Amino acid sequence: MEIQNIVDSAENNFLNLNSGIESFPILRIQNLNVYAEKNHILKDINLEIPRNKITVLLGPSGCGKTTLLKCMNKLTDLYKELKVSGNIFIEQDDILNTKKDIPSIRQKMGLLSQRPYLLPMSIYKNVAYGVKLKGIRDKKLLHYSVEKNLKEVGLWEEVKDRLHSPATKLSIGQQQRLCLARGLAVKPRIILADEPTSALDPISSKIIENLFVELKKHYTIILVTHILRQAVRLADHVVFMYYGDIIEQGPPDELFNNPKTETLKKYLVEGN
Amino acid sequence: MNKRKQISEIVFKLISGFCAYSLIGILLFIIGIIFVKGFNALSFEMISQTPKGGYYFGGEGGFLNAIVGSLYIALGATFIAIMIGTPAALFINVHLVRYKRTQNTIRYLLDSLWGIPSIVYGAFGFTLMLLMGMNASLLAGIITVALLVTPIMTRTFDEVLQTIPKGLHEASFALGSTKTETAFKILFKQGFSGFVTAILLSFGRGIGDAASVLFTAGYTDLIPTNLDEPAATLPLAIFFQLGSPIPEVRERAFAAAAVLTILILIISITARIISKRYLKTIIK
Repeated sequence: MEIQNIVDSAENNFLNLNSGIESFPILRIQNLNVYAEKNHILKDINLEIPRNKITVLLGPSGCGKTTLLKCMNKLTDLYKELKVSGNIFIEQDDILNTKKDIPSIRQKMGLLSQRPYLLPMSIYKNVAYGVKLKGIRDKKLLHYSVEKNLKEVGLWEEVKDRLHSPATKLSIGQQQRLCLARGLAVKPRIILADEPTSALDPISSKIIENLFVELKKHYTIILVTHILRQAVRLADHVVFMYYGDIIEQGPPDELFNNPKTETLKKYLVEGN
Repeated sequence: MNKRKQISEIVFKLISGFCAYSLIGILLFIIGIIFVKGFNALSFEMISQTPKGGYYFGGEGGFLNAIVGSLYIALGATFIAIMIGTPAALFINVHLVRYKRTQNTIRYLLDSLWGIPSIVYGAFGFTLMLLMGMNASLLAGIITVALLVTPIMTRTFDEVLQTIPKGLHEASFALGSTKTETAFKILFKQGFSGFVTAILLSFGRGIGDAASVLFTAGYTDLIPTNLDEPAATLPLAIFFQLGSPIPEVRERAFAAAAVLTILILIISITARIISKRYLKTIIK
């Protein structure tokens, strides 16, 4: 119990600290360009992501939303054909041009991809994996973290009796929530969600959406989607992208009710 | 469906079914021949004793020397192949993930190594052995067979690692894993069935190969107690006894072949059971 109190109070301090600097954007992108061989897939992107809000990256398929998301946690490193230039600041750190160790940068962000990619291990180990990477070996602390994060995504009650059975036994909706819990366990500041409901049924999608609304109290969420209705339901800030450009951005009411550009107008009409 | 389609459906089903079952038929036929021909010679004495005086003229004794020698060589070589092949395959799939051309070149070269006939490895091993001033020995045999099976181990494991979706790599990196952690904690587990298959293939190839051990491991009636003593092997036991004019000795060759086949079947079944246990946690 003692450990839990210490962890909880440390977390509260951390969250309070966060609330003081709310006005500063948590993530700032400057002059970001990405080339895939000869294709210019992200064109001079400048963007500020507000803290503790859901920012929706909206746009048709293939407009560079996912690539932009992957730039943020440097997963673009895995693809040789992608040439990335510019600056991405998380708080004050420029993560693109740094010698700092990449794993610790990546741990500032939790990733939720289009379909759940579970680690080939048990439910418990899926959540504990990232925590163990941080060097935490204490069994009680690990168990506490697993329980807390599974509770946070509403999965604890469903899996508490079979924590050590393979994660693949879960339904796809549960798997996606497990992936979210696993991401939260490393205590990120930002959640990067790449069309996280695209493989899910409507009920599971709804659960994930509701979770996001809860989670934005403590985390900044960047959500990629091409579903207009999802953007309307969830967004606090909308960034509309089209073929590698940011066409418009702003609060959802403004953007959806008074689109300034023809492209967005057309997208809104067709999307509905 | 019209009549023509129905007929072609039936005809092609028959043809492909025949092809599939005839392959199994061949396996059963081979096993059948070996057991029928070797049945008379197959006894507990054969697998529990080393050759006594006059064994090669139909005298007393067995071929325990060859069984043990083969197991030593195959286990040793497979061990080396695992130690080299596993990191190599993981390296190709994790560290070289950005360098498609290098990956393909390495794969092509490993495939070429796989394709080199084992007698060439035997000749190479023999040269290497002389260069190092060694005699035909267990160690020389193990090294030569390891050269033969490491490409098999690496490429088989690599083939399975290649099928792992990029999303799993990304998930692992996104959680803060380093490349080494991704390789050994995630990809190794996800590709475990391929790892087991790779071991099995290497072991099967290693224990059954005659040409690579012909000059390097030598042949002896004794069970080797040391790495620099020569070692007998089952394939060579078959080879030497099959050439004998004495019918009883030829029967013993088939008995040795039966033992070799049984060993491979045991390994194969064990490997399947092991990999099945691990398949449960693997993402599909």
